[in-house]
Amino acid sequence: MSGQTASLLSVSGLRKSYGDRVVLDDVSLTVEPHDVICLIGSSGSGKSTLLRCLNLLEEIDDGIIAFESREISDPRVDPRAVRSRIGMVFQAYNLFPHLTVLDNCTLAPRRVHGVSRAEAESRALSLLERFGLAEHAAKHPDQMSGGQQQRAALVRALCTSPTLLLLDEITAALDPELVGEVLSIVRAEAEAGMTMVIATHEMAFARDVATSVCFLDRGRILEQGPPSQIFSSPTEERTRQFLRRVLPT
Amino acid sequence: MSDWSPSQHELDRRRVRSRLRTRSAAIATAMTVGVFVAIGFAVTQSPGWETVKENFLSWPDAKASFPDIRDAIWLNIKMFLIAEAFILVIAMLIAMARVSRSPWLMPLRVTAVVYTDVVRGIPTILLVYLFAFGMPALQLQGLSNSPFFWATAALIVSYSAYVAEVFRSGIESVHPSQWSSAQALGLSRGQALRHVIVPQAVRRVVPPLLNDFVSLQKDTALASAAGVFEAVATARDYTLYNFNFTPYLVVAGFFIAMTVPLARLCDWLTARMRRRELAGAL
Repeated sequence: MSGQTASLLSVSGLRKSYGDRVVLDDVSLTVEPHDVICLIGSSGSGKSTLLRCLNLLEEIDDGIIAFESREISDPRVDPRAVRSRIGMVFQAYNLFPHLTVLDNCTLAPRRVHGVSRAEAESRALSLLERFGLAEHAAKHPDQMSGGQQQRAALVRALCTSPTLLLLDEITAALDPELVGEVLSIVRAEAEAGMTMVIATHEMAFARDVATSVCFLDRGRILEQGPPSQIFSSPTEERTRQFLRRVLPT
Repeated sequence: MSDWSPSQHELDRRRVRSRLRTRSAAIATAMTVGVFVAIGFAVTQSPGWETVKENFLSWPDAKASFPDIRDAIWLNIKMFLIAEAFILVIAMLIAMARVSRSPWLMPLRVTAVVYTDVVRGIPTILLVYLFAFGMPALQLQGLSNSPFFWATAALIVSYSAYVAEVFRSGIESVHPSQWSSAQALGLSRGQALRHVIVPQAVRRVVPPLLNDFVSLQKDTALASAAGVFEAVATARDYTLYNFNFTPYLVVAGFFIAMTVPLARLCDWLTARMRRRELAGAL
């Protein structure tokens, strides 16, 4: 119905409110294949809600979301078909505690994508291997450290070979030492050409991997541009104010 | 925010959403009507339907037995209300005894474990027999010998064991970090239990608790076995004199009328608690 045919994802005029509280106001965003878009901004600026809207976890109040040239904000679209092409990782890991790491990773491939058990396990194991989690495959999530759990959650999201990966402040619950091990995976995925939209508080990381940075403030994208521009010469006063507080001087 | 008005696209989408909602409502209605009509048809076409109608669905018998059953059901309600109050208190005490850690309370813990194991193992109707016929034989001073008193006591004993386990599962489902943070604030284990753990536990177990209380309401009928002339006994009395079973359906109707408001009340309470705690959260 809308959207430029080339873009992987395009959002225009997106609005979302909870009751009287407007959380997203006229948000527009375009994601091309292999883009890494970093959403920055203070807590409550709407970063997480935007990601949840992209994955159709929230019913939007206005605007259009198009994915692979098809409007997915149309109520007639089956959200499961969309979600099976989009991966998402949450701040609190959200691994299923009653399943082993391997079973966490093979659940969706087997039940949603109809992959055989052997095939799903061999793919999961090779990904776990690549991210240094091979020896933890048989463990339950609560037996692992936060960093290991978050890496496992990333593997779980990658197991379905998504075309777009949404990361919602995935290092916010980790101590600084563990942040690096998680971000190095994201960096590797970015270099491999994975398209990602990332809500993050890690400015150094955003500067490094982002192809484009969006600064959100009170539900609006106030400023968007390549990291070199946003971090060194932001045009908006509000952006400068935010960056002064979060960037080491 | 006040200058926003939905775009044409959004208006179209709302129309689609409402059309989809109407469609689901239509499917739900058609399915429900279809299934119940089919069941009704199957039942009324059965070969014995005429006999059943005569023996179980006789309007004159329903009318004739109604006043007596209505008067007798008050005995069930009274028994239920008295028993429920005692059960909640006793069950909570047993559950708290079972999760206590103090070495001084070891005998209490042992008693609580044995109590739940033994009592839950005995069929409720046996407890009613044992209490109603055995206890008066002890010739205890100062206690009533009425079947109503002992039947109610039997229900209290039986159900407090079940409900204690429900409470205990609720207490154990509260995350250990809640214990830690309560103790870190300097609360004693007892205080933590009383002010932090139990309030959260009770909320979680409202649905299984309701289950047990609905079951208790129905089990007040067991008192008829001990000679209490409550609603089921009254209905049986009528059927024995008039050779018609319709009063049983009348009693069933009364029991349903008792349990449904309780179920709705619990649903409402649970929904209200959820709304308050999750207000504004995702």
